[in-house]
Amino acid sequence: MTAPAAAAAMVGRPTRGDGGRAAIDVSGLAPGGFGHRSLMWWGTLGIVFIEGTAFALTIAAYFYLRTRNAQWPPDAVAPPALFWGTLNVAIQLASGIPNHLAKKAAEHVDLRRVRLWLVVQLVFGVAFNAVRAVEFLNLNVLWNTDAYGSVVWLLLSLHTTHILTDFLDTAVLAALMFFGPIEEKRFVDVEENAVYWYFVVAAWVPIYGVIYWAPRLI
Amino acid sequence: MTEPRRGLPPVLEDPTGLERTWADAPGPLGWLRSVDHKAIGRRYLATASVMFLFAGALAATMRLQLSRPENPFIGPDLYDQIFATHGTTMMFLFAVPVMQGFGIYFVPLMVGARAIAFPRLVAFSYWMYLGGCIFLYLSLFLNTGPDVGWFSYPPLSEQLFSPTKRPDVWAQMITWTEVASLAVAVSIITTAFKMRAPGMALNRVPIFVWAQVVTSFMVIFAMPAVMMASTALILDRLVSTHFFDVDRGGDALLFQHLFWFFGHPEVYIIFIPGTGIVSTIVSTFSRRAMVGYLPVVLSLVSTAFIGFGLWVHHMFATGVPQLGASFFTAASIMIAIPTGAQFFCWIATMWSGRVELKSPMLWLLGFFWVFLIGGLTGVMLASVPLNVQLHDTFFVVAHFHYVLIGGAVFPLVAAIYYWYPKLVGRMMSERLAAWAFGLFFVGFNVTFFPMHLLGLHGMPRRVYTYLPQTGWGPLNLLASSGALLMAAGVLTLMADAVRARRVGALAGDDPWNAGTLEWATASPPPNSNFIEPPTVGSLDPLWEDPPDQPVVVGLRSDARDVLVTHVLDTEPDHRTVFPDPSIWPLATAIATSAMFAGSIFTSWAVVYGSIPMFIAMVGWFWPKSPDEGGTQPWPIEHRTLPLPNEAPQGAMP
Repeated sequence: MTAPAAAAAMVGRPTRGDGGRAAIDVSGLAPGGFGHRSLMWWGTLGIVFIEGTAFALTIAAYFYLRTRNAQWPPDAVAPPALFWGTLNVAIQLASGIPNHLAKKAAEHVDLRRVRLWLVVQLVFGVAFNAVRAVEFLNLNVLWNTDAYGSVVWLLLSLHTTHILTDFLDTAVLAALMFFGPIEEKRFVDVEENAVYWYFVVAAWVPIYGVIYWAPRLI
Repeated sequence: MTEPRRGLPPVLEDPTGLERTWADAPGPLGWLRSVDHKAIGRRYLATASVMFLFAGALAATMRLQLSRPENPFIGPDLYDQIFATHGTTMMFLFAVPVMQGFGIYFVPLMVGARAIAFPRLVAFSYWMYLGGCIFLYLSLFLNTGPDVGWFSYPPLSEQLFSPTKRPDVWAQMITWTEVASLAVAVSIITTAFKMRAPGMALNRVPIFVWAQVVTSFMVIFAMPAVMMASTALILDRLVSTHFFDVDRGGDALLFQHLFWFFGHPEVYIIFIPGTGIVSTIVSTFSRRAMVGYLPVVLSLVSTAFIGFGLWVHHMFATGVPQLGASFFTAASIMIAIPTGAQFFCWIATMWSGRVELKSPMLWLLGFFWVFLIGGLTGVMLASVPLNVQLHDTFFVVAHFHYVLIGGAVFPLVAAIYYWYPKLVGRMMSERLAAWAFGLFFVGFNVTFFPMHLLGLHGMPRRVYTYLPQTGWGPLNLLASSGALLMAAGVLTLMADAVRARRVGALAGDDPWNAGTLEWATASPPPNSNFIEPPTVGSLDPLWEDPPDQPVVVGLRSDARDVLVTHVLDTEPDHRTVFPDPSIWPLATAIATSAMFAGSIFTSWAVVYGSIPMFIAMVGWFWPKSPDEGGTQPWPIEHRTLPLPNEAPQGAMP
């Protein structure tokens, strides 16, 4: 039997407590765990389901409104300018690299690298939030022009709320890893933060497709 | 009752220290900082009861107004606010929170855990829920209560036709309550999946817990829809977007689709916990394990899936394509199958058991009758021709009150009688229970059965009065008099609950001789829920497990240490230290509430309001000490927490 398997067989094995009472002794178990072991991972998954549903419904509303209009975008409005949105796809997907490295560093409880890659992530965060501001200026439509404008602004704003809050909570986490009281559990927080970051940037790909390509292709 | 089986001497080293660790600090500040799921669950139940009384008082006012033709009692403006606030309260501030309140209190106890997952989040959710309640009723008293129905359909709810703040109040109240329910849903799922007692594999999870898990998944996938709908509505009203404005390419039906994509699952979000309560109580008072555990659980799951394919049947009158109408009719009829399967399992359980007709069972008999009628009129309404004929009549009012009061309130009152001894430690009166049931059951049927007939005679919903020539007067008077009986029943129940708190007979651990884990601990439970956390070897551990069923030892008593287990087989995986009480959840809820309330008046409030919110959340998150989480403080030599693919670490001493 391999060493981990032997340990697994030992843990949770019935024993006898002081009073002769049948008992399972869990004192030898680790005081936490990474990934889907941790409760935080399940909490993150719940948030991902909730936010993913909100994105999906807004996309559904977009296509519903599309069926209510003969022209799309209506009134010969130009579709959103491709350049900035596409640039943001590139930046956000690229931010997956420091995100992955921060996650790996957390799993090695390597504080130096965790700090390094969190800071790199924040630099990417500043970049994609700044580009996002420019994207709003290049949508070629305002939220109060018509229903098309409303739903495009809603989609983009909804995603912006996520990249902004994810940036802010990563900033707080980075500050904690530099200045706060650190214990091993905080590395699990870094790991879970990376999971949510993946979700937020991955969500941008379909939303980008809808905002920038749907008016051109359908 | 559990004493004879648990006769062996305890192995715990320091029960006093353990209880001190899990206690709230004394005094008002300790109360505000509490993250104990039992305290928060009790607050949810108490607040939801107050909401039920408020909304019931509004309903009684409406029944007074409708008791005779051309009644001058209240005018249309106030009537509109009252009926919209009644529906909004019952759906958002009573039915969902009260079911979640039972979940918050009992899911951790029923799975043998010392706490609920994310205790601070659950505390935050309660304060948000309370914020929504205060906001709605403050608005109503300021003559700004919602007045366009609990559904707030555009175009009526748009700025053009409702140039007041009333629909904004409705739309923001949604945000408050949905934030609360979503937070609770995530906590309940995590608790039920990861914190079950060793031995409680998926086929030994109590049906009530299954019902709470299924409901929580429905909340997660349904509630975002109503948040999107109400957000789009408030954007149309406050910043001139055009989602529902036909002139600018919008469509009012989009709101209905989003609303009912939430609204139909909502019915099951309310009803499924009710069925979980029914299965629990039927099994206990039939003195046998539930017949058809597997079909019952599968019924809950399939109801949840089918429940998402029904929303368009609320929109048949809007002109749906024929294929769509057929699909949604078929789905609406199909959902009767899992509910029917559960009915047969309940009947089989009672048939093959020895039924004890105690107070909870009495209310369940009411449930069987009332919900059956509501379900049958539901099958009638699923048929498009009849639906179009009866649309917007009192027939529909009768139908959904039979479904909701039958499917949720009757099981709920049964649950109050059933679990009151656990919550309070004392028994309610069987005699008063019979009186309360009699008054409420007769009153309910006298109130709502005539509404079927009124609807068939053509009386429309949502009217504040009607002409004498319609001939609707006598049946309306009958309905209104039934409302008085219902009120008398509710007051009897409440009076008994207050009375029994002080003078009820002491309950002991397990007054009903029930089989699930919440009865394996004291009544009310100690701060740590279980001085010795249990393990289980069967579905009804108190009935079937041997006397020397092992307990869990080795959790810390100087920190809020809990055991985390594997999802499927509940092998012990690791321990984790839960957070101490904190004022930050309340602070965050206050900051969030201020932002929500301000946003109705200026959209800039969203920007200013997020600053205190951010500060409060940082306060919440920031650790106070380097070993708060119970893991090794920096500097760390090597990792001790296992990765997902590693075997559990640490061996037996």
